[in-house]
Amino acid sequence: MFAFGIPRSGSSTFGLSTSRDFFQIPPVTVPTVGTVTVVAILLVVLAVVAHLFVDRGATGKVPLWLAAVFAVLFLFLFLTWAAAGLRSVPIPGLLIGSLALATPLIFGSLGGVIGERAGVVNVAIEGQLLFGAFSAAVVGSATHQPLVGLLAAVVGGVLVSWVLAAFAIKYLVDQVIIGVVLNVLVTGLTNFLYSKVLVADPALNSTHRFPRMPIPLLSDIPIIGPVLFQQTIITYLMYVAVFLTWYMLFKTRWGLRVRAVGEHPQAADTVGIKVQRTRFWTVSIAGAVAGIGGAYYTLDAVSSFGKEMTNGAGFIALAAVIFGGWHPIKAALAGLLFGFATNLQSTLGIIGSPVPSEFLLMLPYVITIFAVAGLVGQSRSPAADGKPYIT
Amino acid sequence: MKLQLRGITKRFGALVANDHIDLTVGSGEIHALLGENGAGKSTLMNVLYGMYPADEGEVLLDDVIQHFTGPGDAMSAGIGMVHQHFMLIPVFTVAENVILGHEPTRAGGRLDLAAARAKVREISSRFGFDVDPDAVVEDLPVGVQQRVEIIKALSRDAKVLIFDEPTAVLTPQETDELMGIMRQLKAAGTSIVFITHKLREVREVADRITVIRLGKVVGDAPPTASNAELASMMVGRAVELMIEKDPERPGAEALVVEDLSVIDHNDQYVVSHVSFSVRAGEVLVIAGVQGNGQTELTEAIMGLQPRIEGKISLNGHELSGRSTHGVLDAGVGFVPEDRNEDGLIAEFTIAENLMLDRSSSAPFVRAGSLQLGVLQEFAEQKLTEFDIRAQGIDSLVGQLSGGNQQKVVLARELSRELRLLVAAQPTRGLDVGSIEFVHTRIIQARDAGIPVVVVSTELDEVVALADRIAVMFRGGIVGIVPGDTSRETLGLMMAGEVPAEAAA
Repeated sequence: MFAFGIPRSGSSTFGLSTSRDFFQIPPVTVPTVGTVTVVAILLVVLAVVAHLFVDRGATGKVPLWLAAVFAVLFLFLFLTWAAAGLRSVPIPGLLIGSLALATPLIFGSLGGVIGERAGVVNVAIEGQLLFGAFSAAVVGSATHQPLVGLLAAVVGGVLVSWVLAAFAIKYLVDQVIIGVVLNVLVTGLTNFLYSKVLVADPALNSTHRFPRMPIPLLSDIPIIGPVLFQQTIITYLMYVAVFLTWYMLFKTRWGLRVRAVGEHPQAADTVGIKVQRTRFWTVSIAGAVAGIGGAYYTLDAVSSFGKEMTNGAGFIALAAVIFGGWHPIKAALAGLLFGFATNLQSTLGIIGSPVPSEFLLMLPYVITIFAVAGLVGQSRSPAADGKPYIT
Repeated sequence: MKLQLRGITKRFGALVANDHIDLTVGSGEIHALLGENGAGKSTLMNVLYGMYPADEGEVLLDDVIQHFTGPGDAMSAGIGMVHQHFMLIPVFTVAENVILGHEPTRAGGRLDLAAARAKVREISSRFGFDVDPDAVVEDLPVGVQQRVEIIKALSRDAKVLIFDEPTAVLTPQETDELMGIMRQLKAAGTSIVFITHKLREVREVADRITVIRLGKVVGDAPPTASNAELASMMVGRAVELMIEKDPERPGAEALVVEDLSVIDHNDQYVVSHVSFSVRAGEVLVIAGVQGNGQTELTEAIMGLQPRIEGKISLNGHELSGRSTHGVLDAGVGFVPEDRNEDGLIAEFTIAENLMLDRSSSAPFVRAGSLQLGVLQEFAEQKLTEFDIRAQGIDSLVGQLSGGNQQKVVLARELSRELRLLVAAQPTRGLDVGSIEFVHTRIIQARDAGIPVVVVSTELDEVVALADRIAVMFRGGIVGIVPGDTSRETLGLMMAGEVPAEAAA
């Protein structure tokens, strides 16, 4: 926090609406030095409160709301400082971009959560995303139907899952190793097909993207309306998927059995649950969900497939799984955080902040490492995660 | 329901685990299946429960031949099992564990947890169990977890209940309560198969006893049979159940433990403020139910626990703070609790295992080279002295039986010049014959003037070996009492109560 001691005079401006919005909110401008000072004092107070919680509290943990308030204030402090005297910080743009970048991460992390809850470590999220993106691009272009492309992405994700499931469940290969190998395999395969087929025939690599479908009324809410409710069907599917995954895992018979298989497969076996079959189908579903995330790249973000276009998102999604404590909703929030970190970097670059760009490029990964490292030991993975079940 | 097993044979490769076993359990009967570890009792029950397919033979329920392809089939036929290692999901609630596999649901596959709770409450009240359906299983004491297992089986209307070594994890009081529950179940018409190797329990509760040895039925016995008769059937020869020992001739205080605490990686005190002393030539047995800090206590003495408070000294020399190597060099012999994990290297030969903790200096190592001749001579001698049944000193330890493995550990530890012997659960998983041998050796060490600390969870062993008994409960010592303290008192102490005579 000492870095903020460097005096930056002038004022900082935050834009709160885009030009297309129904409600126009004037940008907010705050004096930089005063705001930074006030917020910094608030942060110190919060840190002291958190310390008291750890010392006195029955659980010895900092409550989540406190951490959240701290994080938001810290961010505000950082932005105020970084944006002093520059162009205004476009808050809606920052958030919209975050959600866009988070969408494949969240689908990927849901795929991870589902697979690992059943006891199969899903390191192949990257491969599932990439193959989903590729399948969606090819089939979507050939049929000119994005919905068919989406279906192809699901199939692509499931295919990768089946290879994972076959080796992990049937042949008891180490799940982390097979996951890594699958990622390499899918990368190589899609690179090859891209160079040999898609480059030669560009008609196979130009999809119709999903149109934006603003939801009436909801999309007119200031700030969050344009962020959450002027999206494509894939983003809406993501909202549904997060809720549905949570509901299915924790409220249904299927979910109870999946979790039993991931925690103590032998106990599940002794009450007549078919462990291997449950794991197989659960991993298939995980692949399908991750595949939808892949479709985001080629049916929503852009309209063509590019080499290695997922660019490590699968691994960040894996970090979101751990950061989210193998819980679908928390993993989705973690995905949002990582999406935000990535987008913050480009936004700060655009407004020309004084932070070196090399540091900004590191930002999402630094946040990922800190988030995951800070949580190790606190969250508990499913007890039989990654362990093959041998009858 | 009447259960019949006819000619059950189960092979694992060349090993015949069950050899044409016949067994009949009548309706409302408690039938004890008695046998040593490795006699094939659990295999037989896993066949009955559909976990393993039988190679030969058939299972009949009320004279109808059954074909089980998995535990699900066995359960729907009315067979329930209370497993030795509980088959409960630790992070699930009681209700969730009970319904797993036959979940009541509402529309859309939504779990009907209200119905599940009602079911748990109904069965608990029927048998007087006090089980909260919303408690998370891992937070419950083992005795209660076992009741959850029983509720789980009963919720599927089990007519035949198999109890696989149910008392291994229980305090004596909990064991008595379990016996009560078994009688209650029997009165309600449930047939019970009770698998155990503990003679006292069998005679207390069983209507009939079938003894199994080396995969074969060796005979039936009435519950009126004596311990000695049952033991000799189990082992195949006459055995001494209580070893003869002379009164102790204690010398000076040798091991002194003062205000010792052990803190685990979760910052919990797993051993808290424990003080005791052991004199030369006496056996102090640390009794208690598994998991009350005994393991951590012995590890603390051996320098295996990173965070300890307090002081441990041996003959006036400080032990606490030394490395494990330093503790061994101070003349401490250690028989670890889990011989496969900590005591032996399965892929090494007997000879190699015999020199494991003397691998840094003479006589077995000179100038960095193994003295194979010296080792061979030493190993041959120990093989005979400790009656280790193996093809030779080059046999791999992993291929030996549990009893012979433990003899290798003992041979190694007792052949050094000892100033203290620490033996944690020295007879766990051993057959009656090997137990006799191990006990004799421990008493010999005592009579040679070595102070001995034995950790045991088995009351029989506590009573057989102890000159004094320290009972541990939740990391603390409840009391230190003389070796002839009654089992009832010890049982109460294991549950954390301090009886008047112990408090004095």
